[in-house]
Amino acid sequence: MTLREIIDILDATVITPLGDEDLNADIRSACSADLMSAVLYYHTPDSLLITGLTQAHVIRTAEIAGIKTIVFVLGKKPDIYSIELAEEKKISLLSTSLCMYTASGRLFRAGLPGCLYK
Amino acid sequence: MPINIDKEIEGSFQIIGGNFVNAGEASTQLKLLLTKLGVDEDIIRRTAIATFEAEMNVIIYAAAGRMHYHITPRGISIKVDDMGPGIEDIELAMQEGYSTAPDWVREMGWGAGMGLPNMKKNSDIFKIDSVVGEGTTIEMVINFPQQ
Amino acid sequence: MKLSDFAGELSLEVKTCKEGLEREITGVYVSDLLSDVMANSRAGDIWITLQTHLNIVAVAGMKNLAGIIIVGGRKLPEDTRQKAEAEKIPIMTTPLPAFEAAGRMYRKLKEQG
Repeated sequence: MTLREIIDILDATVITPLGDEDLNADIRSACSADLMSAVLYYHTPDSLLITGLTQAHVIRTAEIAGIKTIVFVLGKKPDIYSIELAEEKKISLLSTSLCMYTASGRLFRAGLPGCLYK
Repeated sequence: MPINIDKEIEGSFQIIGGNFVNAGEASTQLKLLLTKLGVDEDIIRRTAIATFEAEMNVIIYAAAGRMHYHITPRGISIKVDDMGPGIEDIELAMQEGYSTAPDWVREMGWGAGMGLPNMKKNSDIFKIDSVVGEGTTIEMVINFPQQ
Repeated sequence: MKLSDFAGELSLEVKTCKEGLEREITGVYVSDLLSDVMANSRAGDIWITLQTHLNIVAVAGMKNLAGIIIVGGRKLPEDTRQKAEAEKIPIMTTPLPAFEAAGRMYRKLKEQG
């Protein structure tokens, strides 16, 4: 599923500037979590992280786990420091007003699978 | 990809307790170094996860700590020691889901009781030693695949 | 729909309060942050989470949630199980990760109209 489709399905706003290449990026799976160790537990390269936390250590967790896209739920937006960090690490940030359940549900129903254990 | 290591590389990072803003910086630096050396992606990933969890533990529980790395043609050795409260019952702490993290740490997305198991899962050798009131030392080895 | 309608699809294992499976589901909330659940969940919701800490029982009780589904195949600690049993909070576990557990419930609820 492309990032463009995900933005459309979640009616998401874009936080970090995205070029065509970013929008056409292929997202293979998704992980919904607020616990960062859980994110690190799954096999997540090229996954979408759906989370309610916006702090800088969430961006770092994504980088360590090979996640290139994060969507924040409930309309949450990170502070400027986290946004700059994400830009530096080439991680795309989105925000949706949906809750984690609806965001997960819509994407799963549209065919995006969950992350696997590894 | 051939691993570009002809001599042994050593270094260390300081970790400051409570510093959530820079949390992950040491692990990220090490990850960059391993990428530059041409280390296998899966090895980098395992090292990054194991060191990040160790780094977070220092940030959450300790006043300060140090991460020391030693890279050889055979693999990566990591040692993380901290000036923290120490762990009373290591066997219990190793159980998945067990955590002594306070509520505010859980509200930040940590303290799920998965950190130590994640470190063990991602390393080939995992050792933990702790003295209550003094600190904790974690040693991890991740071997390169041998041709 | 009732929780029991999802038992097969989510491979649910009932840990406490078996009769809770026959309650009608009015909503689902997914979160691992207790403060978020306190603020945003609604009475009657099923709560999907990775948290197994004792405090989840108190949150579910205070918010009158219909039950808790613990994801990722995590083991339920004995103290949490006992408290949930005493306070009649249904807890189930599933091997699925949160995204997929939520996804499967969402899809089934939508398809039922």
